[in-house]
Amino acid sequence: MNENLKFIQGNEFCVEAALYAGLDFYAGYPITPSTEILEHMAKRLPEIGGKFLQMEDEIASLCAIIGASLTGHKVMTATSGPGFSLMQEALGYAIMAEIPCVIVDVQRGGSSTGIPTHVGQGDVMQARWGTHGDHAIIVMTASNHQDVFAITVDAFNLAETYRTPVILLFDEVVGHMRERIFIPAKGEIPLVERLRTSVKKGVDFHPYLPREDGRLPISDFGEAHRYNVTGMVHDMWGFPSDNPKIAYGLVRHLVDKIENNTDKIARYKEYYLEDARTILISYGSAARSALHVVENRRSRGESLGLLELQTLWPFPYSLVQEKCADAKYVVVVEMNAGQVLQSVKICVDRPERVFLANRIDGVFITPTDIRNILRLIEGKGV
Amino acid sequence: MVEPKLKEHVINRNWCKGCGICVYFCPKKVLELDAGDKVVAKRPEDCLCCKLCEFRCPDLAIEIITDQESE
Amino acid sequence: MAIKDYIRERFFPHIWCPGCGHGMVLNGLLRAIEKIGLDKNEIVMVSGIGCSARISGYVDFHTLHSIHGRALSFATGIKMSRPELKLIVPMGDGDALAIGGNHFIHAARRNMDMTAIIINNRIYGMTGGQHSPLSGYGTMSATSPYSNIDNDFDVVELSVAAGASFVGRTTTYHTKQMTDILGQAIIHKGFSVVEIMSQCPTYFGRKNRLGSAIDMLEGFRKNTTPIGSKAKQKDPDLIERGIFVRKKMPEYCDEYDKIIKRAMKGN
Repeated sequence: MNENLKFIQGNEFCVEAALYAGLDFYAGYPITPSTEILEHMAKRLPEIGGKFLQMEDEIASLCAIIGASLTGHKVMTATSGPGFSLMQEALGYAIMAEIPCVIVDVQRGGSSTGIPTHVGQGDVMQARWGTHGDHAIIVMTASNHQDVFAITVDAFNLAETYRTPVILLFDEVVGHMRERIFIPAKGEIPLVERLRTSVKKGVDFHPYLPREDGRLPISDFGEAHRYNVTGMVHDMWGFPSDNPKIAYGLVRHLVDKIENNTDKIARYKEYYLEDARTILISYGSAARSALHVVENRRSRGESLGLLELQTLWPFPYSLVQEKCADAKYVVVVEMNAGQVLQSVKICVDRPERVFLANRIDGVFITPTDIRNILRLIEGKGV
Repeated sequence: MVEPKLKEHVINRNWCKGCGICVYFCPKKVLELDAGDKVVAKRPEDCLCCKLCEFRCPDLAIEIITDQESE
Repeated sequence: MAIKDYIRERFFPHIWCPGCGHGMVLNGLLRAIEKIGLDKNEIVMVSGIGCSARISGYVDFHTLHSIHGRALSFATGIKMSRPELKLIVPMGDGDALAIGGNHFIHAARRNMDMTAIIINNRIYGMTGGQHSPLSGYGTMSATSPYSNIDNDFDVVELSVAAGASFVGRTTTYHTKQMTDILGQAIIHKGFSVVEIMSQCPTYFGRKNRLGSAIDMLEGFRKNTTPIGSKAKQKDPDLIERGIFVRKKMPEYCDEYDKIIKRAMKGN
């Protein structure tokens, strides 16, 4: 048997993907249903000479990885809803100070403490707007383990490219389910490494002056250039400023560097969309049931298709509009009260034809659930 | 060891906020605040070069240069 | 002045009020660093939010002006990922012990090599004079206009109980002791805590009728005494200054290196 072939949990595979991407520093705090990531990191990181920390809470965990990122390391933390709530302030800091890091949120059911061992997808909007102030953010997800691997590696690459935190919004089903997986050979997926400045020691270095391509070369803490990092509005040297021009330029830069690259950041999969009259839009584990329904109905000759979103933010508005242009019905399949639904309605030509197939009770949405809702939409009764 | 002798008080008037800490705690009452609430060395000849003014200054605005220190 | 080599002169005069203790702590700290002879490139200063946190902007080290209460968490990540760097973390009493209290005790327990400086002026200055966890019973502030009924705690006792391997206390009046203790704390291998009793004449002083910065400094002289002094036996209310704890304990990054060796052998 191929030794790269395994049967493991999504959480565990996420760890392997992070290591593949070059992660060598992790800090976290136990929380269901993400704890396996913490546990596997504790075991795996010292094996490769990396560093693992169990901190006193999720706030400290994110702060610690931001610190480690500043010394030049690829870093990650993982949590679930309650911990993700605690992380919001530090998340905003990493966005403002442009520090690459990856944050995994393995979503549980419900709000507040919710149903920790059950599934939900209720953190989509929190991932977008949880931290205060104007900002842009990259949020990605996956529905199966092989995609968890690819998207996790991708998340590290995007974090480096755009000097920003990237959120991996997985869910309990993907995190805990076991699937057969295959670990790609080294080099098979290209990696983006930290872009370091070529400015020599003793020459004025502008840590916050983007290059023409928008990228921001860094100097690691401990290296030749000493500069300031702050969450305050700052000038190109990293020092606080209340100059309106600087404040405007900074907010524009933080938003534009991501939203102007929405097309480049958009990851998605499509199934039978060419002639689809009814298009399901889904993501994460819910997309598994959606795909099942689509394939089942296709076998009966019905023209259903699935658009599986892997990048949730920046939301690929033009992509969704284009793909849904000819659809009679668009049905968003998700395990929340309609968080992606809102974005879809914004961009399609006929928002009145957009429907929601969802569950909000901590129970995994099944193909039967989706079929029942489709029958209602099609006027066939349940 | 020879006692250091004062060469000069270097006072950064731009940084001095006139809190008067150096004036009050100077053991020889060498310093005073002028009309603009900035410190001046009024009686430099009395200075012991203890440097307490320099060490205590919250504004890093005063410095004692002695003959033992190379510029 | 050699300590000027360690500052970013272009930002002076600094933002602190006339007579503020933060400038005196900056002054003493720079002298300690100069005495030890540390290279600017090997020092990382991490601060949180508040008047105290502005120290990091004025020093020519690698500086991280982070978020309120979390400076030690950022510092932990930096130190763990690059143990050869020297971490200095100045914090106010509210920053370190209210919003950051949990991080503080766990950083002390972990014993990672870094220096936490708690500049205790018993007030939130940046926001305009609200009571802090160290204001103490009976004090006045913007949020205790009828007198404070919150008890304070003793930073030294707290640090000792939390497991800090170096604990010292001094005041802004005792400038030479401040430089000495800060220097020893920085050299100490492990988590070191230095409490510096400091004056906020603008808020704590004014609200509690303690007079000017000078009067408050006189207060530190009168109300404190060296550890174990005879004066303390006569007057138990005197606050002791000096080094309370200095012990050799396994340092976290060193311990983790051993974990790496064990894990690699297991491969």
